[in-house]
Amino acid sequence: MIKDFFVKKKKYVTVPSQKAKQEVPEGIMKKCPQCKKIMYAKELKKNLYICQSCGYHYPLTAYERVEILFDKGSFEEFDREMISENPLDFSGYLEKLDKDREKTGLNEAVVTGKGKINGYSTVVAVMDSRFRMGSMGSVVGEKIARSIERAMELNLPVIIFTASGGARMQEGMLSLMQMAKTSAVLKQFSDDGGLFITVMTHPTTGGVTASFASLGDYNFAEPGALIGFAGRRVIEQTIREELPEDFQTAEFLLKHGQLDKVIPRDELKETLSTVLSIHTGGGEK
Amino acid sequence: MAPGLDFEKPIEELKEKIRELKSFMEEKDIDLTDELERLQTRLKELEEETYSNMSPWDRVQIARHMDRPTTLDYIPHLFTDFIECHGDRLFGDDPAIVGGIAKFHGHPVTVIGEQRGRDTKENLKRNFGMAHPEGYRKALRLMKQAEKFGRPVITFIDTKGAFPGKAAEERGQGEAIARNLFEMAGLKVPMISVVIGEGASGGALALGVTDKILMLENSWYSVISPEGAAALLWKDSGLAERAAKTMKITGPDLKELNIIDELIPEVLGGAHHNPEEQAKTIDQYLWDAWQDLNPFNPEELVKKRLEKYRKMGKYGVASDFTHQS
Repeated sequence: MIKDFFVKKKKYVTVPSQKAKQEVPEGIMKKCPQCKKIMYAKELKKNLYICQSCGYHYPLTAYERVEILFDKGSFEEFDREMISENPLDFSGYLEKLDKDREKTGLNEAVVTGKGKINGYSTVVAVMDSRFRMGSMGSVVGEKIARSIERAMELNLPVIIFTASGGARMQEGMLSLMQMAKTSAVLKQFSDDGGLFITVMTHPTTGGVTASFASLGDYNFAEPGALIGFAGRRVIEQTIREELPEDFQTAEFLLKHGQLDKVIPRDELKETLSTVLSIHTGGGEK
Repeated sequence: MAPGLDFEKPIEELKEKIRELKSFMEEKDIDLTDELERLQTRLKELEEETYSNMSPWDRVQIARHMDRPTTLDYIPHLFTDFIECHGDRLFGDDPAIVGGIAKFHGHPVTVIGEQRGRDTKENLKRNFGMAHPEGYRKALRLMKQAEKFGRPVITFIDTKGAFPGKAAEERGQGEAIARNLFEMAGLKVPMISVVIGEGASGGALALGVTDKILMLENSWYSVISPEGAAALLWKDSGLAERAAKTMKITGPDLKELNIIDELIPEVLGGAHHNPEEQAKTIDQYLWDAWQDLNPFNPEELVKKRLEKYRKMGKYGVASDFTHQS
């Protein structure tokens, strides 16, 4: 009977299950922030930090990215020793940097270097959002500028993986000027015929979106990555209007013509090496 | 007369006293000339004292004064034959940025500037000087046109920032700004910008990658507005006054940091006290900058511009790495 479909289900108070409440043992198990499924960390790593059940892309540390991207043993890091100073004598800034260095084992929010992807040599910069939210100060700008210049010397392409909350507030105008600096060096690189690819990862916002992240010959992104210029909350407060759920996601940008392609992480290495091969030339004679 | 700002209150009060005294003298026909002179001397001293000891926050207030001259207020004083050109040829025309062709001291020039309103109605039309992508793309179109015809570009920066909105994001606000930085870095003509009011973040920089950056004494230029900085750094936008100081955003601070090239003095109390006089000073500084850039050929200009931005930034070396080299 039709009315059977409308039988009221008994309502229960939802009590979190024992399983959900259980602490996830650090290091061995990982709980997906999207679908809450628990996975073995080893399995997750083998799956390139993509949730097997819902496809959620876990943010990667810079070195995790380097490890899954480059041919084994091919990566050579540039300028690892560079560290930030405190140009505005901003109180607490140096302490915050110290804390993040300790937390991440990184000296700054970007790792640069060169390596091989399926045999194709390239220069790469990988941002790490754990360090000061991946914000761009003088060091991030300088390391990126230097890596582009090195690519120009070595006649190699540049791939930048972006992940950034924007400009580094504590460095004031100097951080705004890093947008101009990186864009200016990219202009020189582009005029020289250099190939520049960006892969925007979660999250790419503010001054990084408004400089090198958007300037690729190819602009790619990982699925679900948050990408935008202004913050969602600022926009909501300004226009007092509900924003679509997928607002500022990679898929939203693709729909609006701002990206070339959204590439799942497990296809990234293949796609990047194909792009590099197309730019290498060759072919039948 | 422009309404006074908070820190100008003592001046306003003294001026009022002088007015009262004058009318009292006329009414009662009593000679109080000595007293009047004393007050007038005191006023002069007070003005000098107040305006030579302005805090960064005082300057921010002047930069935001509703009577402060805007791009379109300066253009007729600085240029002749100005013809405004509209539209980005891609989407629309953004009234938050104006641009066109003109003559400067008789020479062809392209003029582009951010344009806010001076009252609510005009501000609504101009979107408070906060541009959408089509604004930056219009600016870029005009710059490329200037390059084609070999004429210099002068830009005026006056914005609370790029507009944070849904449509702006959909049309690629980040890309539009980034593209301007990229193209301006390689533009083969002399470029000068003048910060005339507020200069917030990427929205300001999108007109600011130039050979010479001039800045009015009471304007500010920053990675973020003082309110935004305070909210982000200390979770309290009420601490904007402190942020204005800490973030080093005023002309004198930025000159010291070598971010800008020239600081343009303002008429006593700020440009709004005498826009015409202010325009004369801007004209002098612009003409000097113009002549400074004159000897360089296009390749030299681009090279010098790249070198200038390439040098921006301060960094060090980790101490545990110093033994390596």
